[in-house]
Amino acid sequence: MDIQEYFSLVINDYTLRTITLGTAILGGVTGMLGSFAVLRKQSLLGDAISHAALPGIAIAFLITGSKDTNTLLIGALISGLIGTFWIRGIVTKTHLKSDTALGLILSLFFGFGMLLLTFIEKQPNANQAGLDKYLFGQAATLVESDVWLMATVTGLCLLVLLFFWKEFKLFLFDADYAKTLGFNTKFIDILITSFIVLAIVLGLQTVGVVLMSAMLLAPAAAARQWTNSLSTMVFLAAVFGAVSGVLGTAISASQNNLSTGPVIVIVASVFVVFSFIFSPSRGLLFRQIRFIANRRDLELQKTLAFMYHIAETHDNISHPHTIKILNNFQGYTRKTLQKLVDKGYVTLDGTMWSLTEKGFETAANLYNQQAIKDE
Amino acid sequence: MSEIKIQEKTSVSEHKMAVQVDDLTVAYNYKPVLWDIDLEIPEGVLMAIVGPNGAGKSTLIKAILGILKPIAGSVTIYGKPYDEQRKLVAYVPQKGSVDWDFPTTALDVVMMGTYGSLGWIKRPGLKEKKASLEALEKVGMLAFKNRQISQLSGGQQQRIFLARALVQDASIYFMDEPFQGVDATTEIAIINILKELRKAGKTVIVVHHDLQTVPEYFDWVTFLNVKKIATGPVKDIFNDDNLTKTYGINYKVSIQE
Repeated sequence: MDIQEYFSLVINDYTLRTITLGTAILGGVTGMLGSFAVLRKQSLLGDAISHAALPGIAIAFLITGSKDTNTLLIGALISGLIGTFWIRGIVTKTHLKSDTALGLILSLFFGFGMLLLTFIEKQPNANQAGLDKYLFGQAATLVESDVWLMATVTGLCLLVLLFFWKEFKLFLFDADYAKTLGFNTKFIDILITSFIVLAIVLGLQTVGVVLMSAMLLAPAAAARQWTNSLSTMVFLAAVFGAVSGVLGTAISASQNNLSTGPVIVIVASVFVVFSFIFSPSRGLLFRQIRFIANRRDLELQKTLAFMYHIAETHDNISHPHTIKILNNFQGYTRKTLQKLVDKGYVTLDGTMWSLTEKGFETAANLYNQQAIKDE
Repeated sequence: MSEIKIQEKTSVSEHKMAVQVDDLTVAYNYKPVLWDIDLEIPEGVLMAIVGPNGAGKSTLIKAILGILKPIAGSVTIYGKPYDEQRKLVAYVPQKGSVDWDFPTTALDVVMMGTYGSLGWIKRPGLKEKKASLEALEKVGMLAFKNRQISQLSGGQQQRIFLARALVQDASIYFMDEPFQGVDATTEIAIINILKELRKAGKTVIVVHHDLQTVPEYFDWVTFLNVKKIATGPVKDIFNDDNLTKTYGINYKVSIQE
């Protein structure tokens, strides 16, 4: 299936269109909100919330006996919120660190949820099958109304973001300071957290409890590598998330229905790996290149400085010296000498070298942080 | 009326009281960090709060600013509760209290100082930007306005924090260890700005660690070690006696009766 064919299928086929739209919107909103979670150093929060949602799904089913997505997601929302506020409570009221609280709530709720799921499985009720799809998600079950719901929440989230942008930024950077300026930090905190919970719950059907936190973190972590501006980061994270959704759906649809959720998560992770390596300012590759370049520059400077100290002792700075002198000096190699000649700092004459006017001046200014590479 | 009464009560009656702390007690769990603090800070002083590690110096500032909830006691700013006087107060937190890898620029951080007077939702405009640029210039950081904050040195980060407080255009400035980890040039730059603030009639309260510079930099000092040991003019109370009381003996305050 080529790309054109796939595109026409996305437009014409109801299921594929719904899934593509749904995963794109989901990726966008989780990427956006994930930026906030990452910047607050609450990366684990998403994981805890999604796992905490599981017992809610099971209990909602036990009470209503219905498999209707919205009913189950309301259950997920309630137990997700309960889990979140328990975490907050544990952190503020006890000595426990937040990672401990997150881990505790995560495993407690998830364990309880699994217990309920196995209990439901043993019930003599034909309606029970399929609850375990919330573990790893099943994008194929998305219907148009689900997409509408996602779009509404995303729109609402965008509006709130635009309204409270200044407050969010201040709160994320320096919450104590925000408090002294008279902002209700508790309100901002609850607002952000509630949206994160909402986004996670919406994604459970598609990506599932276990992998949901990757949707939150991966796009944000990738986006952080490319920019030093908060607004750009949030925007990029949304784009990365949405593209992961679309690409992941495409791959899973064209490869004999691989499970969509995991594929999306893998695509998002590819974004992360790529960003960590290739980002110009923070990426590993360019950092290594800069490191090597700097070391080379330093070697040149060291050699030049050594020559400068020799030349200094003569009235004529271009007085020739034998190359052998340099052998006492560790930074010297044939290559560095040739480079200095290329730069016009040094002239060579057989086995003798001499400093040029330009080389002398550059060396004299080396200690004034006048790096050679500035030339 | 009540304001006048407070003035009459104070020991330094020729001064208006900028900050008044009454019976302030703060505890983390069962361990009291501040015990029954009474403190009056007259208007226009440049005051150091000194004391050993864990003496509650930062806690005192945070409790005055309402960041921490005290168990007991009250704080007034020019005779009224802090909530009503917010706009008169600016705060410079410890440099290490935030993540400097946050994706934002120096100018952006300084602009945050204008958020308080803007209130909810309203965005900073030209006026706020101009004020922020002026503050950056005052601390000698104008050239770095678009620099990502993680690419600033420790001293430069401290100056950015100072500029953010200057933009608030307050009457009272609280600063938590502004000299920590800065080089000599920055220290001189900061102290000059503090002295300028005092000259303009502002009150400046600084958590300070370097005892040797207290007489040179400050005119008022508070010794603190869980309890308030002493407070007053540097020339009167900055002596061995108070230093020994603050640093020499390990004060153990128990809340058991």
